[in-house]
Amino acid sequence: MAYDLKKEVSKKDRLAGGHRLCAGCGAGITVRSVLRALNPEDKAVITNATSCLEVSTFMYPYTAYEDSYIHSAFENAAATTAGVEAAYRVLRRKGKVKDNFKFITFGGDGGTYDIGLQSLSGALERGHDMVYVCYDNEAYMNTGIQRSSSTPRFADATTSPAGADLPGKQQKKKDLTLIVAAHGAPYVAQTTFLGNMKDLSEKAYKAIYTPGANFLNILSPCPRGWRYETEDLAEMCRLAVETCVWPMYEIENGVWRLTYEPKKKLPVEEFLSKQGRFAHMFKAGNEWTIEETQKGVDEKWEMILRNCEISGKYKNTDPGKTEE
Amino acid sequence: MPIRDRKSGNAAVAYAMRQINPDVVGAFPITPSTEIPEYFSKYVADGEVDTEFIAVESEHSAMSTCIGASAAGARAMTATSSAGLAYMWELLYIAASCRLPITMCVVNRSLSGPININNDHSDSMGARDSGWIQIYSETNQEVYDNFIQGVVIAERTRIPVMICQDGFITSHGVSNIELIEDFLVKNFVGEYEPDNYLLKHENPLAVGPYGISPYYMEIKREQAQAMKDSMPVILDVGREFNAMTGRKYRFFEEYMMDDADVAIVVMGSSAGTGKEAVDRLRAEGKRVGLIKLRVFRPFPRRPLAAAMCKVKAVAIMDKAESFSNSGGPLFSEARSSLYDLPYKPYAINYIYGLGGRDIRVEDFYDIFKDLYVICENDDPGDVYRYLGVRDSRYINEEQRMIYEEYHPGAARVYGKDKEAYEV
Repeated sequence: MAYDLKKEVSKKDRLAGGHRLCAGCGAGITVRSVLRALNPEDKAVITNATSCLEVSTFMYPYTAYEDSYIHSAFENAAATTAGVEAAYRVLRRKGKVKDNFKFITFGGDGGTYDIGLQSLSGALERGHDMVYVCYDNEAYMNTGIQRSSSTPRFADATTSPAGADLPGKQQKKKDLTLIVAAHGAPYVAQTTFLGNMKDLSEKAYKAIYTPGANFLNILSPCPRGWRYETEDLAEMCRLAVETCVWPMYEIENGVWRLTYEPKKKLPVEEFLSKQGRFAHMFKAGNEWTIEETQKGVDEKWEMILRNCEISGKYKNTDPGKTEE
Repeated sequence: MPIRDRKSGNAAVAYAMRQINPDVVGAFPITPSTEIPEYFSKYVADGEVDTEFIAVESEHSAMSTCIGASAAGARAMTATSSAGLAYMWELLYIAASCRLPITMCVVNRSLSGPININNDHSDSMGARDSGWIQIYSETNQEVYDNFIQGVVIAERTRIPVMICQDGFITSHGVSNIELIEDFLVKNFVGEYEPDNYLLKHENPLAVGPYGISPYYMEIKREQAQAMKDSMPVILDVGREFNAMTGRKYRFFEEYMMDDADVAIVVMGSSAGTGKEAVDRLRAEGKRVGLIKLRVFRPFPRRPLAAAMCKVKAVAIMDKAESFSNSGGPLFSEARSSLYDLPYKPYAINYIYGLGGRDIRVEDFYDIFKDLYVICENDDPGDVYRYLGVRDSRYINEEQRMIYEEYHPGAARVYGKDKEAYEV
């Protein structure tokens, strides 16, 4: 089935316009793009962790979702979905529900990498038929840009401020995608908004329609937290991918596959220099922070390439196709 | 024909759950409620129920799965104790505000610290303002009966219900029980058919909004109204249950209250011990009575006040400390309910039985003795008292005598100290 952007965007939107997310926010794009991967005839129940997304899309008495929707708390989105999915199984068995439902959860990095990790781990281990989508914007944006375990090293956040002594966050970004993969989830992938969105669209489809508890980690930039101009959202994503800061890959039943390889890997400065949260790294005397960042990105990239190679799939990838 | 059997309180709740055949049960092990999901998962494994049993990774997720399942249109239930209930705390409020009729057995146990696995009411009292209906049980029979009624009360009121029983005392103690036949229970609870739910074919539903200040307060007011409106429902369900079984359930039970001079108000299994004390004192000609409160939420303010004002002095028993320096939670509310009455009995509070400290028939004698002293002196003394505690403040006898002069009955002491006190 060839990917056709025109056809994809002609589908009825399942996230209505008029929600209250900021201009240049990645969260709305993540939701709209993932939901577009649903077969139009399928119904869905959407779960949100408490987040910018939740408070902006379901402010009483208006909901932006065309589908059924539930939000309960910050740290329990996966467990809440698990309950809905269990109800679906039993009510279908009893003939009380006849429609085909899919279960899609959206949480930010705070609600997923940090406070919701236990709940996510439990749901993954139990293998509910659901997709957990982390819209990763690398900090607690809803409460005012505090650092999370997803915030990259050296980023300036309100609880890891860049100061005279400390150049921003001291710790490395947690690799949640690997943690989820270690649960043995059938389908795990990293993606972001790139080109015609083919990569995201295909991964979302696989995540939704592969039976089991699957996971998508979608880099979803935040103009307030990252400090870029709202119109540069797509450029942020492109640079994250072209510098290999955000590698695009999937792990399907344990098999790693690189889904996009930059023709020429750009230096990390290209990504860092466009964002206010990294501005202090370019001050005299802080050169080492950029070197460290480059080293970290290179190591992670090599690791992913090695894993893809071991999976025997690396050579079969078709780098660059996504940009068509 | 009713089935005569012997069961622990936990086995009885699991048995009721089998008969109810809920759609989803999400549960996590914690002493002393663990046996409920254990017994129930055996029913699942043996194919005796249609339930999706979710063995979650925490009580937080247990309540979260119940919230998800209930919102999706399923009949959902769980059981927990102590720290497990405390861990659910945030979600209790969410379940109640989303008006999800979840039924939960709370097997009452103390809260840490220090860690202690035995019974008191600290756990459910900590959740008393979460918007759940709370029903307390004296015996295995009562927890079984209350649990079956709880499902119906929850679904008619759209308020989640906690059915409480005392950890180990009734949860693990095996006693005679009269079980109801399966078809009668199924008929009594009926099918769960909510008006709106996530999986409804006709229209989608959104649950759990961001409620900004122009709406939040109205939502809370409606919840408060629902709690008020649940009072006749609880009585109706009790009457229907009575028609089925012959067993009576109201907001509280009055024991030997008709001509009583003094009385005790108590919840849970201690009421049984209290009744024994009442019987023995009655045999000696003392006109003593007991009120066993069954429904703590909604608080039956007016009927309870009417029952208490029959006597000259009442001792209100709290198996939980609220550290308010003004007495326990039951005392605060029961005593406050007396305020509007033209005639008020003296009302004193005993904090007792914390962390599984035994309460004996003799302890109830002491309380009744105190109540008679209060009536005689026309002075309540210290209204905030402890029962059955060793208190370092009373080690020195001289100090104790001075303290007692100003705060009569303020402390009851065990063993050697107690003998000294009684001399």
